[in-house]
Amino acid sequence: MSMIVKTAAELQELSDRFRRETLLIHAAAAETRVASSLSAVELYTCLFYGGLLRHNPANPRDPERDRFIVSKGHGSISLYPILADRGYFPKEELAKVCTSGSFLGGIPDPIIPGYETVNGSLGHGPGVGSGMALALKRKGVDRKVVVVTGDGELHEGAVWEAFLFAAQHKLDNLTLIVDNNARCMMNDTQNVIGLAPLADKFRAFNWYAEEVDGHDTGALCEVIGRVMASDFNGPRAIISNTIKGKGVPTLEADHLCHIRTLTPEQIEEIVGGVK
Amino acid sequence: MSLPKSRMRDSFLRAVKDRMEKEEDIFFLTADFGSPVLDDLQQSFPERFVNVGISEQNLVNVSTGLSLEGYRVIAYAIAPFITMRCLEQIRINLAILSQIRPLNVTLVGVGAGYSYAVSGPTHQALEDIALMRALPNMGVWSPADSETAGLMAHQALDTQGVRYVRMDGHPLPELEPTPTAEDLKRGFRLAGVPGAMVAVISTGYMSHLALAVYEELEAGGVPVRTVDLMNLASPDIEALTAELSACRAILTMEEGFIGRGGMDGLLTTQLAPYLPKAKWAHAGLTPHYRFEIGPREELLAANGLAPTALADRVRDLING
Repeated sequence: MSMIVKTAAELQELSDRFRRETLLIHAAAAETRVASSLSAVELYTCLFYGGLLRHNPANPRDPERDRFIVSKGHGSISLYPILADRGYFPKEELAKVCTSGSFLGGIPDPIIPGYETVNGSLGHGPGVGSGMALALKRKGVDRKVVVVTGDGELHEGAVWEAFLFAAQHKLDNLTLIVDNNARCMMNDTQNVIGLAPLADKFRAFNWYAEEVDGHDTGALCEVIGRVMASDFNGPRAIISNTIKGKGVPTLEADHLCHIRTLTPEQIEEIVGGVK
Repeated sequence: MSLPKSRMRDSFLRAVKDRMEKEEDIFFLTADFGSPVLDDLQQSFPERFVNVGISEQNLVNVSTGLSLEGYRVIAYAIAPFITMRCLEQIRINLAILSQIRPLNVTLVGVGAGYSYAVSGPTHQALEDIALMRALPNMGVWSPADSETAGLMAHQALDTQGVRYVRMDGHPLPELEPTPTAEDLKRGFRLAGVPGAMVAVISTGYMSHLALAVYEELEAGGVPVRTVDLMNLASPDIEALTAELSACRAILTMEEGFIGRGGMDGLLTTQLAPYLPKAKWAHAGLTPHYRFEIGPREELLAANGLAPTALADRVRDLING
């Protein structure tokens, strides 16, 4: 069971590397959703290297693991280099994303070691995660369930059914992290269906809620670690405020960045300078 | 004297309760749909019973999460809602996921066909067979009586996989013969005259109507083989072909829309090619929502589903 703990600076260095590797995947696989994958790089890095998730690359279904669901599956291409680096699968696979015979598709499925559920069709993670959390509690298994959604994903009605359910059953082993990159496909989320005040919505649903800068590795580790471990008698939400397309100025500035594809030439230019 | 009647759901729930007493890895969920027998189950196992409220999408997703952690899950609700309100949850988290990870989830829908006749189209289950059949990996089980439903509870708990069990909303008499384990395995139960040139294949409540069709034809000197089809996704087609090889006329009967991929679709594509000498007629509901208020028999008759009209369709096949 692995829980690597690194310093905030080391986590940022790793994040920078994974961001570059994500862009290189996108250079070879234009079908991947790069902007929504870039906003969550620090989050995924902290979960897997910041001592937050118990996980076992040698046995991805190890019963001792914490359960991790990436409900915003399309926005987790940046998890591929992390899983490869942790040893879930060989790094050479990263060059094959979206090619014939690869298990790494544009939208990840649990044929990929490290993924628990079918993701990318949005709005399923909170409910499935709630079922897992309920099962673990009933069985007296002291393990956590962590679910990552996007913010636009919260437009799906099924998530609110799950939020009510998790509060009703006081699922204190369930942590939801919203990668709040503030954009969905066609516009800024607030111009489509606004979610503000999001933390207050969770609190009104009897969840604990806290916000964090989702690009600050030190803050992410501190907040996620503290919130997951807190003795609050119910589910907890962390709103990770991020920038969609983080690290690529043209994407960061583009309200339609969800659907943008970068050319290999653009990526070559960026990768040298990506932060 | 009318035959004693019993509810499919009662025998199913009693069987589940018996198993829950001995086996601790069975979890029961309902979307706020209850019955006296369910109250008993709830009181007996408060730690393994949850009413998720009126939220079928979450019902399916929570079932998935529980099953991923090793529970065998029974999820219980009204038939049209547990199949159609949450179709995408069923597709993603049961049909697709079960192909990759082991799951045991049984969706139980009560209110097959026109069971809830006077409630109108919202509460009638008319498209559920076709929709569930469209999903790979999803079993579609359709009991015709409570004996069968009770056996299906055990079959569900004893078999890895995901499936939908379509139950009638009303008490019905037991059909003869009593279903056997072999019937459940093959997915159909035979009655009537072996080797007959006429067969009626029906499912659920329609298997009771098929009995009346059988009696009418028999009285007119036409021997009939009857097939109560319980498995609407993957019945043993080879065994069914062998049983019906002498048939020249086959009537199918289902309480669902016709020509939309229901039982007629199954039999047309899977069975008919192996019975090239048989002529077929498919009886079911005209694809049309009915707002007329009336008892089930009236709604069925409006679709041509009355014993004499159905017997006439068989005679037309024979004489045609």
